[in-house]
This record gives sequence, structure tokens and C-alpha cells, in this order.
Amino acid sequence: MNVNPIKLLEEKLEAARPLFEKGGKFEIFFPLYEAKETFLFSPATVTAAGPHVRDALDMKRLMILVVVAILPTFFAGSYNVGLQALAAQGLPTDPVSCMLKGLMATVPIVIVSYAAGGIWEVLFAVVRRHEINEGFLVTGLLFPLTLPPSIPLWMVALGISFGVVLGKEVFGGTGMNVLNPALTARAFVFFAYPAAISGDKVWTWVNPAKDKLVDGYSGATPLLVAAGSKGPQVVAALTDAGFTMKQAFLGSIPGSIGETSTLACLAGAYILVATGVGSWRIMVSCVAGALGMAVVMNAAAGPESAGIMFLPGVWHLMLGGFMFGTVFMATDPVSAARTKRGKVIYGLLIGALVILIRTVNPAYPEGMMLAILFLNILAPLIDYAVMQGHFAKRKAWRGASNV
Amino acid sequence: MATETAAPPASPPLGLTKREKKILTDPLWDNNPITFQILGVCSALAVTVQMKTAIVMAISLTVVTAFSNLAVSLLRNYIPSKIRIIVQLSVIASIVIVVDQILKAYLYGISKQLSVFVGLIITNCIVMGRAEGFAMGNPPRESFIDGIANGLGYSLVLITVSFIREVLGSGSVLGFKVVPGFLYAHGYVNNGLMVLAPGAFLIVGLLIWGQRTLMGVEKHD
Repeated sequence: MNVNPIKLLEEKLEAARPLFEKGGKFEIFFPLYEAKETFLFSPATVTAAGPHVRDALDMKRLMILVVVAILPTFFAGSYNVGLQALAAQGLPTDPVSCMLKGLMATVPIVIVSYAAGGIWEVLFAVVRRHEINEGFLVTGLLFPLTLPPSIPLWMVALGISFGVVLGKEVFGGTGMNVLNPALTARAFVFFAYPAAISGDKVWTWVNPAKDKLVDGYSGATPLLVAAGSKGPQVVAALTDAGFTMKQAFLGSIPGSIGETSTLACLAGAYILVATGVGSWRIMVSCVAGALGMAVVMNAAAGPESAGIMFLPGVWHLMLGGFMFGTVFMATDPVSAARTKRGKVIYGLLIGALVILIRTVNPAYPEGMMLAILFLNILAPLIDYAVMQGHFAKRKAWRGASNV
Repeated sequence: MATETAAPPASPPLGLTKREKKILTDPLWDNNPITFQILGVCSALAVTVQMKTAIVMAISLTVVTAFSNLAVSLLRNYIPSKIRIIVQLSVIASIVIVVDQILKAYLYGISKQLSVFVGLIITNCIVMGRAEGFAMGNPPRESFIDGIANGLGYSLVLITVSFIREVLGSGSVLGFKVVPGFLYAHGYVNNGLMVLAPGAFLIVGLLIWGQRTLMGVEKHD
């Protein structure tokens, strides 16, 4: 007899349904049942309230697309984690061992992030009787990619818990959050445990106490090198430290797991823009803002300024978390500006602010996280101003008496 | 703030009447000045890195609120209403100066750590709010109890916040190490955010969340 396994699974799950529905034994776990059902099959339920849009692209598909777009940075980042760790110990760096070594570092971090954040997600779904939100699939993957590979796992768990509970659930869950939850989680770790996430010791997955490191190994990120150098020879200083533009573009430089490869971020950007999920306005204006501010800073630099003041804008785009933040964090539809013009202003300000923090504030060699979080807070204000401007224009056009 | 008034009952010289008991217990939970009225938050952020400073601050504020309430209540029938805020402020300021001088004389180290925050009790909304909202319309005995009660409500939150911040931020309670050494040996690190002012914001916020969930306050208009 020919049995269709999918059909069988569907029948079994359907048979279990009464257990989870109102009055059933596992009533409170309905969100879990619901999540499973919508993941595996198309649910028979329809939206309760308007607007009713018939589209294959529901929330779940949308979020899965973002996860797909993030995957290139995950694999490129994992590869680089392995590469950096093996190179620092003077071991052979063939592609297979780089990838394996890297995945050994990154996979546990991602698993812990999903597990710890998932527990909170389910808890709130059960208590508040709403569905488990698929947005967490994105948050739970984005957060680990903003961390250095050497981060202790308990900090990952604590960070994502903070991001999910205080970055999102206190405001009422997905769609209500003011700040990007993944960046909120990172900001928590950054301010609570600065030694684990900044400086020059954390970006390579080695144990300096145990592993034998090659001579001349420094572990500093290019942005630290640039901030530490003096005068206009900053690009030469980067080259001396072993960082070329090609490396920065491909991503074989020390840094947080997902941020190093500009190429992988661009691949993600292509997927997001081509599918219409991510806003190209925000991405383009972020880049434009950064390039513009870099020109201003280059012009303002005096002979005694730190090297970072002289760094050309193109380098800024490829170093640190700029590209990763621009593509995946700034475009978060919940925390970004919503109006078209607002998106452009929002992006320009993020780009400009990043360069300002990097060049002017010696305490923070990288400013992407702070810039995006700050603009997340300003986004509603930007939208308000854009709309008020629009109303004023309409009023003038139609004549005040007509409104 | 509306002035709370009630017909003063014939209160026994010792022991508390029912109304006085309510005045005493209300600010501890149901109407806590920090977590319910959201007053005096500034000092709750500033002095709660360590329990030691928080406790001294809590005692100082309780003393100031109690005696300013008492004094304002005694004067309440002689204060012209047009200049009542100025009169209240002079009373509060005088008491704060006395407290500040006592701290300087007997607890110099802590007084230095508290720096301007003792002086800033003058501007603490709780003190002013109780003088204006309660002492102006109630007899001295009840006003004094109300001052102590609100001071205690403030103290309760301050000491809770400082306890959480000191344990998580410095691994100690009142200066004694409480986080065992083997935790540090296994990679535990003190939470730096708790030492910063935003840490206090988060803790106060979580306390408010917890309290409102327990009290069943769902939504505010």
C-alpha cells in the first residue's frame, strides 16, 4: 500500500488538535501547536479583521526570507572565525578546516541564542495568549552575528533574554517595539560586560592562556588600528597591520562573527531588495550619509589628528559593522522610519552618525550599534515631521479654506 | 495635587487609629511614591549603586519628610495661600541643611559620596508633594505619620534597587563580597550596566512592572 508520509503527519497532527484547543488538555500550549502547524502547512484559518490581502507572502515567509538573506553572512563569518583562529596559532588554513573550526565556535552561540530567546518567546506567547512570533527567528540569528566569537555562552543567553523581554515584550511584542531587539540585546552585553565585547583580545577564537600564538599576532580590528594610528598615513598603517581593501571586502579580518564580510552582506542586501523585503532607500541613504560625513571629517582633519579622521569613506563602509548594520539592522521594518522621505532622512542620519562616533569619540572605535539605536528612537519623530510637512503642503495647494 | 482632607478623629495619645494605620501602610505598596507615583526617581538613580549610600539617603529623606510635614502642618493655618510654596520650601530647606550638617559631622565619608544629593532633597518631589498635598490640610500628628510612611515607601524601593544593583554590579552586599569566588573562576563577571545610571532605570522599571502586574493594574489612560 502506498502511504503518503506528509498526509500521515497531517492526519496525526489534526488528530491532536482537540488537545490544544479551548477546553483541551494542553490548552495553554496552543501557541506551540499553532506555530508548528503554520510552519509545516498552510493553516486553514484566515485573518479575523481587515485588511484581507491574498498573498503568498505572509509574516512567516517574510521572516524566512530575511533568515535566508542572513545565511551568507553566517557562513562567511563562520569561515572567517576559523581562518582567524587557525592563522593566529600558525596552523594550516585550508578551507575545510577553517569552516569546521569556525562552525565549532559559531553554532553553539546561535543555538544558545535561539534556545534562550525561544524560551522567553514561548513563555510570553503562552501567558499573553498570542501566537509565537516568527520575528524571533530573525532576532535570534542576528544577535549572535553581532558578537565576537569568543563571547561566553551565558552572556549570549542573558543578552538575548534582555533583548526579547525588555527590548520587545514589555512594549507589547513584535510590531510594538521601539528599538531593534537584536541591537538592544547587543547593547546590553556591550555595557554590562565591556571586556567581553570590545578591545583587541576578543575577536579571535583562541585562548591566549593555553594556545600558542604566532609572533606578531595582535588581534586588533582594523578600526582599532585606524583609531590608534596618527596622521594622514592611515591606509598605510592598515596595510602594515595586514589589512588590505580586498580582505576587508571579502571578510578575512577580525571582527564580530557576521559583520566581517562586506560581500556576504551585499549578497543579503540583494536578496532583501530583490524580494522587496528590505528597504533600498534606507540602505542607499545610510551609505550616502556615511560617505558624505567621511568627506567632511577628512576635510576637518588636522596633521595631528588620529588616523581614523583621514580614513576614506570607502574604507568606512567595509570596516566594522557598517554593512551588516545597514543591511539587516537599520532596515528592520518595525523600528525604522515608515514614510518614504522619512526613510531617507533616517538612513542619512545613521550613516553620518556612525562616522561621527567612529572619528570623534575616542571611547568607541565602532558606532553602528549606537547610531541605529539612536535613530530608532528618533524614527517616529522623523515620520511625524515628514507627515506634517506633507499636510502643510497639501493645505497650501488646496487652499486653507478648503481643508 | 489635590489636598487630602478628612475630619480629624479623636486620636488616642498612644497607638494608631484606623485612619492613621492606613496613612502609614498606604505609601509602602498601594501608593508607593516611587513605583506608583513615579516621584523622586532622580535620587533613586543617583545613590543606589551601593546599599550604604542608599540607606543613609533613605533615612535622611524619611527624617526630612516627617519633620517638614510636621512643621508645615503646625503652620498650615498661618500660611497665606499665595506664598505657601515659598514657605514650604523654606521649611524643607532648613531641615535639609540640618540633616546635611549632621551627616557632615558624623558620617563624613558617606556624606562625601552622596555629595549634592543630600542638598537636592530640597527639590525632591516627594517632600514637596507631601507638604503641599497632605500637611497643608491635615493635623500635625497625621502629617508626621504620613511623612514617615512616605519616607519608608521611598526607602523600601531605594534599598531594594540598591541591593539588586550592588549584588549584580559589584558582587557584594553592604560592601561584603557575596558572590562566591568559584563563580568568578568559572568566568562569571559583574554586570557593568548595574553600576551605570541606566541600570537603576531598568531595575525601577522592572519593579514597577512587577508591582502593577501583582496589583492587577492593566491600563492607564
